[in-house]
Amino acid sequence: MADPISFLNWSLLALEPPGWGGVLLRGLMNSIEIAIGGYTFGLLLGIGGACGKLYGGPITRDLMECYTTIVRAVPELVLILLLYYAGTDALNYVLGLVGIGQVDISGLVAGIFVIGVVQGAYTTEVLRGAIKAVPAGQIEAARAYGMSPYKVMTRVTLPAMLPYAIPGLSNLWLIATKDTALLAVVGFSELTLVTRQAAGSTKAYLLFFCAAGVLYLMLTLVSDLIIRIIERRARRGFVEQS
Amino acid sequence: MSETPTTDITTHAMAITPEDLPAAEGFFKPHRIVLLAIAAGLVFCIVWFMRWDWIPQYLPRLGYGIMITLAMLFSTSILGFLLAVPLGLVQVTGPWPLKALAKGFCTVVRGTPLLLQLWLLYYGLGSLFPQFPAIRQSFLWPYLRESWPYGVAALTISFAAYEGEVMRGAFAGVPAGEIEAARAYGMSRWTLFRRIWLPRAIHRALPTLTGETVLQLKATPLVATITVIDVYAVISKVRQDTYITYEPLLLLALIYMCLTGILVIAFRTLENRIPTRGA
Amino acid sequence: MKKTLKTIAFSLALGIVAAGAVAAEPLKVGFAAEPYPPFTSPDASGNWEGWEVEFEKAICAEAKLECVITPVAWDGIIPALTSKKIDMIIGSMSITEERLKTIDFSDKYYNTPTGVIGPKSETFEATPEGLKGKTIGVQVSTIHQVYASKYFGENGATVKEYQTQDEANNDLAAGRLDAVQADSIALGAFLKSDQGKECCDLKGMVKDDPAILGAGVGIGIRKGEDELKAKLNAAIKAIRANGTYDTFSKKYFDFDVYGQ
Repeated sequence: MADPISFLNWSLLALEPPGWGGVLLRGLMNSIEIAIGGYTFGLLLGIGGACGKLYGGPITRDLMECYTTIVRAVPELVLILLLYYAGTDALNYVLGLVGIGQVDISGLVAGIFVIGVVQGAYTTEVLRGAIKAVPAGQIEAARAYGMSPYKVMTRVTLPAMLPYAIPGLSNLWLIATKDTALLAVVGFSELTLVTRQAAGSTKAYLLFFCAAGVLYLMLTLVSDLIIRIIERRARRGFVEQS
Repeated sequence: MSETPTTDITTHAMAITPEDLPAAEGFFKPHRIVLLAIAAGLVFCIVWFMRWDWIPQYLPRLGYGIMITLAMLFSTSILGFLLAVPLGLVQVTGPWPLKALAKGFCTVVRGTPLLLQLWLLYYGLGSLFPQFPAIRQSFLWPYLRESWPYGVAALTISFAAYEGEVMRGAFAGVPAGEIEAARAYGMSRWTLFRRIWLPRAIHRALPTLTGETVLQLKATPLVATITVIDVYAVISKVRQDTYITYEPLLLLALIYMCLTGILVIAFRTLENRIPTRGA
Repeated sequence: MKKTLKTIAFSLALGIVAAGAVAAEPLKVGFAAEPYPPFTSPDASGNWEGWEVEFEKAICAEAKLECVITPVAWDGIIPALTSKKIDMIIGSMSITEERLKTIDFSDKYYNTPTGVIGPKSETFEATPEGLKGKTIGVQVSTIHQVYASKYFGENGATVKEYQTQDEANNDLAAGRLDAVQADSIALGAFLKSDQGKECCDLKGMVKDDPAILGAGVGIGIRKGEDELKAKLNAAIKAIRANGTYDTFSKKYFDFDVYGQ
């Protein structure tokens, strides 16, 4: 029973069995893996989405608007369930139509896909705001020099918007790491679910949930540290505005 | 000071805010009419070809679930905001132990997933309580036996931590001149706080409040995992009873979109009624 | 340009999918990702163990199938099967009329009665009268949930549904429930645990209702996979006949879990 004695039973956290520490760490690795995958996928979707929203034709723009509106209005938990069951189903169906045939979507890929689609909408909004913050004159000047739209994008717009985008993007990374916890609800063995399994098996609920909390917190704090370094580099030569 | 806009950007990216509401005149462009026709066709297909016969049977429970979701949303937002004010304030002016405590609280809550906090409270702390006969015999026990107090507690804490960060920026951002002016009028510290500092800070924080509240709505379904019967739990029940997967989830997404829409429109109306001086 | 970007994004998306697309050879055997002793429970090295895990190994070996165990969320286990995230359910799922509308089952591989447990401090019977006014916990989308709602819920008891059996047991120990209804073996394992020993005891077995409680536990498969079904049925028969079934059952039970 989860009495104070078993709460202090630190040996349950040992890395080697019979301790559950190794299981927790593996869960953390899974969480990080999904967060990185989902974040990257979301970033790609977001770049496409932001460009579509800003430079696309009216139809692209409206479709993007629908995408971001839906994701921003519906709880992540509901989206994750929908995408996890229906999304991968639909993907398989589409692939079947194209002729690639059924693919076996592993839990990891489904998790990355689900987190990525949600992150994609958030990233779209962050990047759109950042691109709009780039002084129009800079882009106009690049155009005036006869740069192709692609070149303007890669040489001017993207590098110039980065400092504006980084604070938002780094927040999204932190959100991605925490959103992976929601995959526990569909039975994916990330940190939160393995914690619940460990807690259920040993009945030391408080100990394991606190331990997982510390792991998540450490992930956040380490990310924070790295983000600060990146931010400082990206803001080089910027006038501190306030 | 650079953090206030940051939270702002992210909140805006994650939650619909009043400025995202479509303008009515924008709807009547040729391509939109075509798109709307396609959307109508899609909706028709969904309604026609999918199974919806379960709705009448579950309608009363769905209504009840929506009420619970809204009750959760409003109670925790209000409680959380009340908690956020002191959290923000002590981070700006408090003595250092309080400051560190408030900062630590915000960091820990914001650095861990809400789902984990919820389970920690319900399964972790909740399983400790009955071992103390004092708690078991106290008047609180009938409430501690229920699951909703834990849901309310977790959601309130989370809202307080996020909004506390906003309030910190808002308190710090009130122009020093206004406070000096108040002091020059001979206001006591308390009057100054009550009449100038707090109202100005809340005014500054209001725009983010919409986004935070929508985010809070998006967080409420998590309480279903600790047996609170909100609208999400009702839909889960439909899924489990009928083995229909997609239709209930689609309806659930629609319900949440409607709730978010109503919330955002309500906030816009509210914002329009609060006088603002052009910047 | 935006097209190029989109193409890149899309091909990357496909790439991710393709990278995850393992050769679709091994059959994925799903069960609930939660401790459900003595049938399936995780151990401290992250592996799953228990009677049902051994059963699964024996069946797959007998039927010459390549199987890989895949824990999934219990409340989504049937959608997971129908949307091909898993190929079989070996997760203590009883064969019922209601489930047969959506999926198919092999023959039964075990069958046990249903019990009700409660706190030691209270005495009541596992009958509608005994449970009147009490809060009774069950796991969602189980036969117990259906049974408890019909027999107890409609007779003045409050039925509270949990995502996992483990959570219901925990809430009983935490004093948030007055009773838990579940499979008698799973309840027995809980009563033998430190937590269960301290708080609770068996209040009795419920009156049988075959229409709800079903005719035992079978392997869940998708409809129309008759070849697999035939293989599994033959394998169940074979391991019953050649003694494998009894060998690993003895490790867990001192009675015949197969039932009559």
